[in-house]
Amino acid sequence: MAIVEQHTPPLTSHDTAERTWHGIVLQTLKRNDVGLIPYVPDRVLTPLIRNLHADPFFTTFATAREEEAVGILAGAWMGGRRGALLMQTSGFATLANVLASLAVPYQIPLIMFVSERGTLGEFNYGQALVCRTMRPVLDSLALEHHTITRLDELEFTVDRSIKQAVTTQAPVALILNPLLTGGKTFDK
Amino acid sequence: MSKDTANRNTKVMNRYDVTSRLIGKLQNEEAVIGGIGNTNFDLWAAGHRPQNFYMLGSMGLAFPIALGVALAQPDRRVIALEGDGSLLMQLGALSTIASLKPKNLTMIVFDNGIYQITGSQPTPAASVADIVAISVGSGLTNSVWAADEEDFERLVDESLGASEPTLIALRIDDQPGVGTTRRDPVQIRERFMHGLGVRQPL
Repeated sequence: MAIVEQHTPPLTSHDTAERTWHGIVLQTLKRNDVGLIPYVPDRVLTPLIRNLHADPFFTTFATAREEEAVGILAGAWMGGRRGALLMQTSGFATLANVLASLAVPYQIPLIMFVSERGTLGEFNYGQALVCRTMRPVLDSLALEHHTITRLDELEFTVDRSIKQAVTTQAPVALILNPLLTGGKTFDK
Repeated sequence: MSKDTANRNTKVMNRYDVTSRLIGKLQNEEAVIGGIGNTNFDLWAAGHRPQNFYMLGSMGLAFPIALGVALAQPDRRVIALEGDGSLLMQLGALSTIASLKPKNLTMIVFDNGIYQITGSQPTPAASVADIVAISVGSGLTNSVWAADEEDFERLVDESLGASEPTLIALRIDDQPGVGTTRRDPVQIRERFMHGLGVRQPL
């Protein structure tokens, strides 16, 4: 399987060195002291995960299941450490119980990055269907979520969302759309 | 290969009794994470401490939550209490913990082979699966059955000074929990964060 490499929308910024979506996410996490990064792998997230592993500021590790990572992040928050969960759409679909019984009622500022499958050229019918469950779940719990499609809005959205999650003690989902990441394309 | 847990040469203990013995040993503001249901009720009944966290849902996440605390506060000992049915919901967490090797984490599994709080139906593992063998196979080499109360106390003492994560499994009876946890999640979380020194009360 191949990932469509970083597509590059026109940059308004002068510096282009760090202007990849994953570079911006990494730097914004670091600036907000979000350093504990459990993930369940996703092809599109690969460059981000690789760079997080390479940066000693971050504690980056795979978990067997997404809900497990939510538990870890809840414990870490209560112990005084900030983190974020990386996953894909189908992984988010496994989280309804833990969001409704842990993150929301205990008021945990759970920061979630969801690599969006199931849209804009999706080739797997199962992914397309599961994607349609995501926003209704977020909306039914009245959770803040943003779908990011543009590189020039990424830093603002991620930075402000982290700050809002922490100060309002509420989860947030940042959905990384294929328009931002290139997504995954049928390549077989 | 599968072992009938009823034939194992370990004593059937009582969850409230062993939980009380455990809490009685804690002198250093150790964090204790209680799994849902009766595990939680007995933790509450054993004497509320600000360093206790009580789960009200999210079955199976006592070990992951404890792992998060252990990673955030590596100098504090963290103890997680979990039921066998709950652990079955999240067996992958054992491998995650084994790979991260938090030296300050002690995991205790109360095994009575039933989903006690929902009407005592047998778990799918009852009589066929060995939790300690699963744990060892997941990479947690320091996993052991407690033979009796005295052995349990010895294993807890050891784990509080251990340099690798420890899992202690006990066979327990089907007596219901002694207390009932107050069900106010925000109050539980806030108090726990005060207990961990992360926040000060208003």
